[in-house]
Amino acid sequence: MAEPRFESVPGVTDALSKVDYLADESIAGIVYLADRLGKPILVEGPAGTGKTQLAKSVAEMTGARLIRLQCYEGLDEAKALYEWNYKKQLLRIQAERNEGNVWADVETDIFSDDFLLTRPLLEAIRADDPVVLLIDEVDRVEVETEALLLEILSEYQVSIPELGTITARQIPMVFLTSNNTRELSEALKRRCLFLHIDYPDMEREKQIILTKVPEITETLADEITRIVRSIRSLELKKSPSVSETLDWARTLVLLGVDHVDEETAAGTANVLLKYQSDIAKAVKELVANRPSVGAPGVGRR
Amino acid sequence: MSDGTVDPAAPSDAASSGAVATLVDGRPIFELLTGFITELRDAGLPVSLTESIDAMRAVEQIPVGDRETFKYALAATLVKNHAHWRSFETVFEVYFSLRGSAWQIDDDDAHELDELVDEMLGENGQGQGEGKGQGGSGEPLSAEQLAEMLYRALLKGDDTMLRAIARQSVRRFAGMEPGRPVGGTYYLYRTLRNLDLDAVMDRLMESAQGGEERSALEERLTRDEFQARIDALKKEIEAEIRRRLVADRGIDAMAKTLRKPLPEDVDFMHASREEMDLIRKALQPLARRLAVRLARKRRHGRKGPLDFRATVRHSLSFGGVPAEPQFRYPRPFKPEIFVVADISGSVASFARFILMLVHAIASQFSKVRSFVFIDGIDEVTDFFDGVEDVTEAVHRVNTEADVVWVDGHSDYGHAFEMFQERWGSQVGPKTTVLLLGDARNNYHASQSWVVKELQHRARHVYWLNPEPRSYWDTGDSIVSDYGVHCDGVYECRNLRQLERFVETLD
Repeated sequence: MAEPRFESVPGVTDALSKVDYLADESIAGIVYLADRLGKPILVEGPAGTGKTQLAKSVAEMTGARLIRLQCYEGLDEAKALYEWNYKKQLLRIQAERNEGNVWADVETDIFSDDFLLTRPLLEAIRADDPVVLLIDEVDRVEVETEALLLEILSEYQVSIPELGTITARQIPMVFLTSNNTRELSEALKRRCLFLHIDYPDMEREKQIILTKVPEITETLADEITRIVRSIRSLELKKSPSVSETLDWARTLVLLGVDHVDEETAAGTANVLLKYQSDIAKAVKELVANRPSVGAPGVGRR
Repeated sequence: MSDGTVDPAAPSDAASSGAVATLVDGRPIFELLTGFITELRDAGLPVSLTESIDAMRAVEQIPVGDRETFKYALAATLVKNHAHWRSFETVFEVYFSLRGSAWQIDDDDAHELDELVDEMLGENGQGQGEGKGQGGSGEPLSAEQLAEMLYRALLKGDDTMLRAIARQSVRRFAGMEPGRPVGGTYYLYRTLRNLDLDAVMDRLMESAQGGEERSALEERLTRDEFQARIDALKKEIEAEIRRRLVADRGIDAMAKTLRKPLPEDVDFMHASREEMDLIRKALQPLARRLAVRLARKRRHGRKGPLDFRATVRHSLSFGGVPAEPQFRYPRPFKPEIFVVADISGSVASFARFILMLVHAIASQFSKVRSFVFIDGIDEVTDFFDGVEDVTEAVHRVNTEADVVWVDGHSDYGHAFEMFQERWGSQVGPKTTVLLLGDARNNYHASQSWVVKELQHRARHVYWLNPEPRSYWDTGDSIVSDYGVHCDGVYECRNLRQLERFVETLD
């Protein structure tokens, strides 16, 4: 076991903020624990709250190489773990044939490292340099395929029948992200620390905006977070995520806005919300909600 | 466990750095956690043995005094489903509320806050010029003073102050007496009634307005801001009441009373408004999950017939040997669903959930048609067509559908007869019919021949009953009369049961 990567929980928070990732207590605490316990983290939460970004930031902060396995339906062993390079094996056999070697030699030969194509999981295990393994959107693979991951996640090893078991030289940090489109299997969950990343609270979201959109003024960032919070409290098909909030902030900065009034809010709502019905609802709720006064938003709709 | 290697390293490291302190001896924290995990299991959370071991190891790694990190460490190792968070939090708050000082994970210091109140009061009194007795530490606050402080604290968004006020108002208004067998909700109600937060809200809005005209957007934002502060205050009051209850009656007694059911175990028919929200939130992912699952099943389930051309093409890479036969994609079979739901008062909330669920997964079926009835029956499929907002559609169903024939009391017999007459012929061999209701027929004729007829024509007929099984066939309930003609009768009182049912549906 290598040295622990982090000294303390506040240490993690500081280090993450240096790479522009503002972690709250639970995020920093769990990253710290994952390192100490040598366990993977299963990150869950609404889309666009920085799940993947967390893995990237941790990689950047520890100076590790990020190895990413994007999951999709139909992902199999050959694409996730390893594959024998059968074309090369065939060539080898053909070449051997003329030299008249014994079959046993050929066999040990063609099932050796040279003929192994490593895929992300095996690569992470075999790496000599520090790595962060990101298994993205793990909920997209079938339940059966999940089983592929179990050995890696608990033992940090891969068994290849022809070669034996390959054990990790160092325990990498592993992040699994999930959008919760289906329930993950108990076996997988049991092996991980669970981290739910929700929409950030106002103060943190404001800090995120200020960090990621440096040109913005503090008052504008404040207004943005307040409006976004109000929008999130509505019942929408898709609430604005952090990345959409950032997009909106950038848009407003580009437009040279320094104060969000109703006109601007209604006009740029399409950056924040992606469904027409959501936009209509938000504009109706936030801008044109007061019948007594002729709010500017009313006439235009 | 491969990571057993961590253990020997951890304590020595902790001792040397001092930042991470393990407990002096392992035993007490071990017992404390075992008790906590038992408590979690009693609340219905699935905690496995490995997970509890992880929790113990995690706790060793974190600084002792840090209550927040302590909580997150336990959550990360023990709770693997976000929907269970609320239950976890309640158990945590109850279980560790009193052990705080003993285990050095106390969250705040009561005396300090009370002093703060006194201090504020003094300042307040002078500022207002109305201070009769300056806020000495012995003087109790008057109700007006407290209200004034509450107003100011909310206006400024002063969290520390709000927490102090929460404590004060519980002490003053809740009227808690030792040993009194009253639930926390009662105390909460009493406290909130005395604080009259609605009036405070109006006053806040008024003062924020400051006499000048403000746009609707600004007003809305201000209102949301104050609302958030008031919600925080309510939470604080609730926590305070809980603390006091636990102090009074002990952890074991309170853990049981204050336990909150998991969203999937909440009874549809008796859900509080807060729980309704939780269920509705849980329903969306459930629908999505089901849709994904159904689609996947059809795509990967059976294989189609052999695709000769593709097989030959593919065999070229194996030197002409057809090593991997290729198959055509199967033609997906899209079932039709007819939902026939009782929406009379007794089961309305249940029917609403089912309708929402069915329409959420509508894209997976070639046709979903819904019918609602009380003693008359009406088709409401159109209400859901092209509607983005299912809640709105359900609302329309409840208000606009023509479902009353005579007196608006459930009459399954007549409703089924009408269904058979008008739409019976459209039920075909691809149709799955879902009948929803408690079958409390007010002693009318059952007309169960309709269900029998449906079973003949349809692919499947299922009955979902939101009542506990033990109530079936008692009083005017005649589930069995219909049930004998169904392919299955299911008790469906909570999400868990609903999910289990849908698993069987395909």
